[in-house]
Amino acid sequence: MKPKDTQEHFVLSSSPHAHADSSVSRLMLDVIIALLPTTFMGIFFFGMPAVWTILVCVATCVTTEALCRLAMGRNNTIGDFSAVLTGLLLALNLPAGIPLWMAIVGSVFAIGISKQVFGGLGMNPFNPALSARAFMLISFTGPMTTWLKPFWWRTPDAITTATPLATMKTWFAAEATASATPHGLCNSACCGVPSLWNMAIGNIPGCIGEVSAIALALGGAYLLWRKVITWHIPVTFLATVFVYSLFAGGAPAMMQVLTGGVMIGAIFMATDYVTSPITAKGKLIFGFGCGLLCMLIRQFGGYPEGCSFAILIMNAVCPLINRWTQPKPFGAK
Amino acid sequence: MKTVKSQFKFKGGVHPDYNKELARNQPIEKLATPAELVISMSQHLGAPAKCLVKVGDFVKRGQLIGEKNGFISVCVRASADGKVKAIEKRLGPAGGMADAVILDTTAKEEALAEGTETPTPSAPKGPILPPLDWKTATKEELLKRVEEAGICGMGGAGFPTNVKLSPPPGKRCEYLILNGAECEPYLTADYRVMLERAPRIRLGVEIMRKILGMPAVRIAIEANKPEAIKAMEEAFADIEGNVEIVVLPVLYPQGSEKHQIYATVKRIVPEPPALPIDVGCVVENVGTVAAISDAVELGEPLLERVTTVSGDAVATPKNILAPCGTKYSDLVAFCGGEKIPPAKIISGGTMMGFAVSTLDIGTTKTTSGLLLLSPSRVFQYSSQACINCGRCLRACPMNLNPAEISKAMEADDVKTAEDAHVMTCIECGACSFGCPAYRTITQFCRRAKASIRARMAAERAAAQAAAEKEKQKAEGAKAN
Amino acid sequence: MVIAIVCIAGIGLVAAIALALADKYLAVREDPRIGMLTSVLPGANCGGCGFAGCDAYARALVAGTAPNGACAAGGDECAAAIAKILGVAAEATEKRVALVKCCGTRSEAIRIGDYNGICDCATAAMTAGGDKGCKYGCLGYGACANVCPKGAISVADGLAKVDKRLCIGCGKCVKVCPKKLIELVPASATIHVLCNNPDKGPNVRKVCGVGCMGCHLCEKNSGGKEAGHFTFQGFLAKVNYSNPPTDAMIVAKCPAKCMIEDAHFESGH
Repeated sequence: MKPKDTQEHFVLSSSPHAHADSSVSRLMLDVIIALLPTTFMGIFFFGMPAVWTILVCVATCVTTEALCRLAMGRNNTIGDFSAVLTGLLLALNLPAGIPLWMAIVGSVFAIGISKQVFGGLGMNPFNPALSARAFMLISFTGPMTTWLKPFWWRTPDAITTATPLATMKTWFAAEATASATPHGLCNSACCGVPSLWNMAIGNIPGCIGEVSAIALALGGAYLLWRKVITWHIPVTFLATVFVYSLFAGGAPAMMQVLTGGVMIGAIFMATDYVTSPITAKGKLIFGFGCGLLCMLIRQFGGYPEGCSFAILIMNAVCPLINRWTQPKPFGAK
Repeated sequence: MKTVKSQFKFKGGVHPDYNKELARNQPIEKLATPAELVISMSQHLGAPAKCLVKVGDFVKRGQLIGEKNGFISVCVRASADGKVKAIEKRLGPAGGMADAVILDTTAKEEALAEGTETPTPSAPKGPILPPLDWKTATKEELLKRVEEAGICGMGGAGFPTNVKLSPPPGKRCEYLILNGAECEPYLTADYRVMLERAPRIRLGVEIMRKILGMPAVRIAIEANKPEAIKAMEEAFADIEGNVEIVVLPVLYPQGSEKHQIYATVKRIVPEPPALPIDVGCVVENVGTVAAISDAVELGEPLLERVTTVSGDAVATPKNILAPCGTKYSDLVAFCGGEKIPPAKIISGGTMMGFAVSTLDIGTTKTTSGLLLLSPSRVFQYSSQACINCGRCLRACPMNLNPAEISKAMEADDVKTAEDAHVMTCIECGACSFGCPAYRTITQFCRRAKASIRARMAAERAAAQAAAEKEKQKAEGAKAN
Repeated sequence: MVIAIVCIAGIGLVAAIALALADKYLAVREDPRIGMLTSVLPGANCGGCGFAGCDAYARALVAGTAPNGACAAGGDECAAAIAKILGVAAEATEKRVALVKCCGTRSEAIRIGDYNGICDCATAAMTAGGDKGCKYGCLGYGACANVCPKGAISVADGLAKVDKRLCIGCGKCVKVCPKKLIELVPASATIHVLCNNPDKGPNVRKVCGVGCMGCHLCEKNSGGKEAGHFTFQGFLAKVNYSNPPTDAMIVAKCPAKCMIEDAHFESGH
C-alpha cells in the first residue's frame, strides 16, 4: 500500500529560479504590433482586396498550423502567435489583387512545407513567409506581378500597373540594348520615379505591406525600442543597398531603398530569429550579404525585385555564418 | 584609502528583480540553539570530512567532530553542545547525500545529571581556540588557525580558505579583492555583515594581508548598497597601504570571481583550470573575512553564519545568525512561519540557489539564504524549441553560445557542447533568465559539465589502471 | 549508334582493368579470421563487450587483447564459435540480463516534489536529489531506456522495466543509471528482490509501499542462512545469484511485496 503523502510538494527545478518574463508569444505579438502601421497603410492604399488577402492568409496559416500539429501528434502551438505572424507577413508581401485561392495555397505552403515539415517553430531553415512568396512568384508569376494602383477605385480606366522598380528595369534594359531609342524620350516622370514623398508614405504600386517606408520604419523603431531585434541586420542591409546603388548607377539610391521589398525585408524578414545568425558579427555579415545579393539580382537578374531571393539565399548560408562567428569565451586564448 | 568607480564593464549580464528591500533593513538576529542540529560532513568544496564521533557521544561546542580529509577539504566542528543522536546519510541543499551528525542539543543536562554518560574530557572552556595576536603571530600560525577554524568561502562555493590563502610556489598575490557585491536577488546577509561587522572585516583584511604578503586591497561593492560603502569607508579610513573601495555598476553576476577581478583590476582569468591566483588575485567573500578575524583574535571557529530568510511566502523576512546545522524549518519558524503556502523553497539566491524538496535540511557554512516563494513567483521551464533569438548569447558573461550548447545537449551531443567551451560556464543562470522559450539552458550546461567530468574521471582511472598494469608487468619481467 | 556502343564498351573495359589492378595491388591484407568472427558475432554493435561494435571486438579477439567470452549478447554459443575459430578453449559465459531493482511505481512510492526540468535521470538526481521520496529508487526518467540498443526497457508509471526476452545483457543501462539500481543477473534466475533501499524498515515504509524492510523472512523460508540464497546489505535483502532460490513460495510470503517470480519481468506489480 502506498504510504500517506503528508509532505507539501514544492517545485524542483535547476537554477535560475527567476525569469525576465519574456516569452515567445510576447515577442511574436510585438512583431505583429510593429507591422500594424504598414498594414493600415496597405489597406488605406489598396482597399478591401488587401483586407481580404490579410484575413485569408492569417486564417489559413493558423488553421494549417493547428492541423499539422494535430497530424504530427504534437502539442498545439497556435498560442505562440508565430503562425499569425507568418500569415500577416505573407499577406503583406503579396499584391493586393491576388486571387484568394492563391493566397490560401501560399499560406499552406508557408506553414505546412516551409515550417512544420522541419519540426515547427525554431527548426525551419528558411523564412516561411518568404519561401511561400518565392514559391508563389514562380508558380503564379502573372498574378504575383500584377499590381493594383494605389486608390485604384478612383481610376476609371486601368487599375493595374507596374512597380517603379519594374518600370526602371525595362527602361534601363531598353537604354542599354537599343541606342536607337530617341534620346530625351524618357524624363523622370515616364521612367516611373515617384516623388520622395510618395515613396515615403507608400503611394506607389507594390505589395500590400512593402509600400509605406515611413510605416515600416515606425515598426522598426518599435522593435528596436522593445529590444525584439538589434540594429545589426537592418542597418547593414539598408546601408549596403544604398551604397551599392550610389556606385552602381541605375535607379536613384533613395528609390532603391524606399521602393520594393528592401524596407520590409531588412526590418521584418531578414531579422527573423530562426533563419538569421545568432551572433552580432554574423548578423553584420548576413545584412551585408542580403543587401549585396538583392542589388545584384535587381541589376543583373531576370526579376525586377530580388529582395526575397537574397534573403532566402542568405538563410541557406546562415548555419555557416554561425560556425564562422562563434564567440570567443571570456578568458579564452 | 579612496573610493573609486569601476571603469571596466564585462560583456553580458542581466538585471533580475533584486527584491532586497524585503530583508535589507532587518538587523542580524541571533537564533537560540535549536533542539536538533543536522551537521553535514560536506559543507565545503572537496572531500567530505571524516567523522570522528559515534552515536551516543557527547560533544561540546567547538569540538572537532569531522577531520579534514585531503588537501581540498575542511574540518567540521560541533556548533553546539549536545549528544550525537545519529550519524546518517542526509540530503544536502545541493541534492547530494552526505554523512551528517544529528545532534540533540536538549539531551545534555538530563544525561549529565544521571551521570550515565561521561562528557568528553577534552571539552574546551572559555575560548575554543587560544586567541592569537595577529601582529606577533607568524604567517604559518595564522594559516594554521584558518585551517583549524574550519573556514571555507562563505559566498557559496565553499572553497577551503587556507588553500586559497597559500599561493602555490612561484605565484604571488598582488591584489586581495573583497567580494561585497552580493548580486544574488533577495540576499542581504553580506550587506548586513558589512553594516554591522565592519571593524571585524577590517581586522580580517589586515590578517589576510599579512598572510598574503601585503597585497593591494580592493573592496568591491555594488552601487546599490551606499550604506555598506559608507560603513566600509569609515572602517578603513585610517588603513595604511594600497586599499581602495571599488563601486561596481549594478549588474548580475557582478559577484562572480572572474568578473569581479575584471571589474576591479581589469585582469582576465584564463579558462579552467586556471585560478584567480594565476593572475595574481585572491577573491574572498566579506563574511569569510570577518570569520577569519574571529578565528584569530577571539579563537572562535566558524560555527555560525548569517543567513537571509526571505521571499514573499515568509511572514517576516530576517537576517539570522544561526549555528551551522540549524534546520531550515527552525529558520522559517523563527521568521514567524509561512505567510502563504510556498510553491518553491530555494537554498541560496534565486539565480544560483538550489531548489529543495523539504525543510528538513541543515544549514551549512555556505548557506547564504533560504527563500520561500509563493506560486506567483514560480515559473515553469518548458521544452519549447530554441528560436535562435540570441538573448542568451548577449546575456552570457562568459561570452559563450548557450543556445548551441543547449541544442547540442538536447540531442545528447556532449562533444559539441565541449567544443563550445561548456566547461568555462559558471552556471550563473543569465542565459535561462532571459530565454523567451523558457528553456532549461543552465541545466543543459550542468548536465554537459557533469558528463564531461565523469568521462574525465573515468579516463584518469583508466590511465592509472593501465600504469599500474604496466608497472606490474615490468616488475614481473624483472622477477623472471 | 555503333560509336556509342564502342564508347560505352571502351569505358567499361578501362574501368574493369583499373578495378582488377586495384584489387591486385591495393588490396588490404586482412586476417581472414576477422571476417569469420564478425559473422558469428550477433552484429548488434551494442558495445557491451567494451569495444566499439562487433567488428572492433573481432579485431581485438584476433589481436589477442580480448577474452572470447566478452559477448554477453551472443552467450555460450557465440563464445564456443569464437573459440573454435581461434582454436582455443571456450570461456564459460552465462546469459545475463538486466534487472531494475525497484518496483516503486507512482502508485506505490511517493514523490516529494514536482520536478520541472530536463527529462533525464542523472539530471533529475542532480536537482534536489530527485523527486522520489526513496533516494535509492528508480526515478523513471528513462535514461536506461534511451541507451538500450534493443529497446528492451520501457518506462511506465514512473518505473523502468526490462523485457528479458529482448535484453542482450550489454550492460549499458547499468552504467547510465545514476541510482546504480540496475544489475546484470543470470537469465536462468527467476526469483528477484526488486528493491535497492538499505534503510531501516520504518524509514522505507515512509516513502514506499513495496520496499524491502530487511525482515529476513525470505531467507528463513528458503532454508535459513545456511542455504545461502540471500545476502543482506543493511536492511536490504539481495538474491545470491551464484546460488539463487527456486521456491516460488517465498515470493508470496514476502510481507513487503518487493519480490517477484517471473520469467520475463515485464508483468511485475
